[in-house]
Amino acid sequence: MKKKKISKYLSIFVFSIIGLFWIYPFAIVLINSMKGKRGVFQNPLWFTKDFSLANFKTAFQALDFAHSFFNSLLVTVGSVLLITIISAAAAYAISRVKGPFSSIIYYICAGTMLIPFQSIMVPLLSLFGKVNFLNRTSLIIMNTGLSVSLSIILYYGAFQGVSKSLDEAAALDGAYPLKTFAYVIFPAVSPMTGTVIILNSMKIWNDYLLPSLVVNKNGMYTIPLKMYSFFGETNSEWQLALAGLVLSMIPIIVLFLLLQKQVMTSVTEGAIK
Amino acid sequence: MLIKKHQYWAFVLPALLFIVFIIALPFLIGIYYSFTDSNGLRASFIGFKNYQILFHDVIFLQSLWLTVKFSVVSVLLINIFGLAFALIVTRSDNRFNKSLRTVFFMPNLIGGILLGFIWQFIFTSAFKAIASSLNLNFFNGWLSDPNTGFWGIVILFVWQMSGYIMLIYVSFLNAIPQNTIQAARLDGANKWQALLFIKLPQLAPAFTISLFLTLANSFKLYEQNLALTNGGPYRSTEMISMYIYNTAFVNFQQGYAQAAGIILFLCVTLVSFLQLALSRRREK
Repeated sequence: MKKKKISKYLSIFVFSIIGLFWIYPFAIVLINSMKGKRGVFQNPLWFTKDFSLANFKTAFQALDFAHSFFNSLLVTVGSVLLITIISAAAAYAISRVKGPFSSIIYYICAGTMLIPFQSIMVPLLSLFGKVNFLNRTSLIIMNTGLSVSLSIILYYGAFQGVSKSLDEAAALDGAYPLKTFAYVIFPAVSPMTGTVIILNSMKIWNDYLLPSLVVNKNGMYTIPLKMYSFFGETNSEWQLALAGLVLSMIPIIVLFLLLQKQVMTSVTEGAIK
Repeated sequence: MLIKKHQYWAFVLPALLFIVFIIALPFLIGIYYSFTDSNGLRASFIGFKNYQILFHDVIFLQSLWLTVKFSVVSVLLINIFGLAFALIVTRSDNRFNKSLRTVFFMPNLIGGILLGFIWQFIFTSAFKAIASSLNLNFFNGWLSDPNTGFWGIVILFVWQMSGYIMLIYVSFLNAIPQNTIQAARLDGANKWQALLFIKLPQLAPAFTISLFLTLANSFKLYEQNLALTNGGPYRSTEMISMYIYNTAFVNFQQGYAQAAGIILFLCVTLVSFLQLALSRRREK
């Protein structure tokens, strides 16, 4: 029994070391964001004497953080709202009406999921560029188009699990399909709605490539875009760049720590379905 | 039928319009583009010429080969780490399971650009400090060498993805009935035998899913590549997505870039069908 106890403590020790090792990159960024230029140069691996929080103020202003945060939020919330409503509605219809059209739509969704963004970005951009429609609204529209396929497939699976007798009961009570959908069936799949919202929010909030092509102009920068341009301006003033990185990471990490369990289930579900 | 025909279309039409205008139509136009010499302003039809040139374009072939190499290496490493982490956090005797899960998953929350900058700092400043304090030249100049630059992107990607793949393995591990493992243990199987003969076979579908996810993601990798090495030194760490981007938006050879985009699509499709075939065969 004693041997077992020792091996237990040993494994806990080893796993903690692995965990610390894994989180060290975050720690090193945080540590060096609270230093002066000299401290970063002297010993980037640990704290030095020149502790200061001044970098955050500089980075906050340089990132125009409040504004960039607002843009990120606007684009993410707008896109996710559209994606959720549109894909839930479509998935509901194809899960309830069986027939050639529904199968075709399902296969279109599965098929378009195969297309990498890089394979359509040139024509997509030239299409929107030709009509001079490159702004936050068109970014929301593009995000929606790029995400509905997966969301429809996720919702389709969820609606399949909701008994049709629920629809029939609502219809007998005199509800129109839209009403049945909005008040009876959609609320019944709210765990899936959570998953769809979380998966798409993470993807859109963190996206750089598409926004860099669509809203790469003053006043429309999202956080990753602004961070990219700020990084170029810091001129190896690492402590500033790192303070900017910390600021940029805070929102998503805080949100994650609040919704941890839900986020992890959603991510797993999105991968497995 | 509860839903009438016009109501059906009202439900599905918005989604269809988005898919058609944002994905299907650009994709079809893109196929046409790949047969033109478009520079973004003017385009004329040149047949298969782009594809012919691509297969003799040293930089394109190098980026394609690098992407394939990168995908194979990172798929292996990510699955090894992911599975190991999953086994660690599902142990019943570990009090830190939950926090370890959080720690392993954390990098997956952060966008590729930020991840690239974090590791740029580590590979340049932190590694330099390690090199000088341990007097090991091995840690110097990681991002200014094609070989270590490549491994830099691999390390970043493994750090990012392992926690994600861990979650997939965890969900399959939890689905294995406890009593099959207990029965095996009663029959005299030791811990490792139980892992090898009971757990691993049950994880086969998880492996297929993880394989596909990591492959697809590494083929499409762009932001990490951009923020960490920006393809340097001398385009030696430029992967296919970055090649497409630079060709289209830096050199403005849009028809040519689109041909490379179609080849990327064919690669991803091939991988997906392989995966489908694999999992179908297993189900039989």
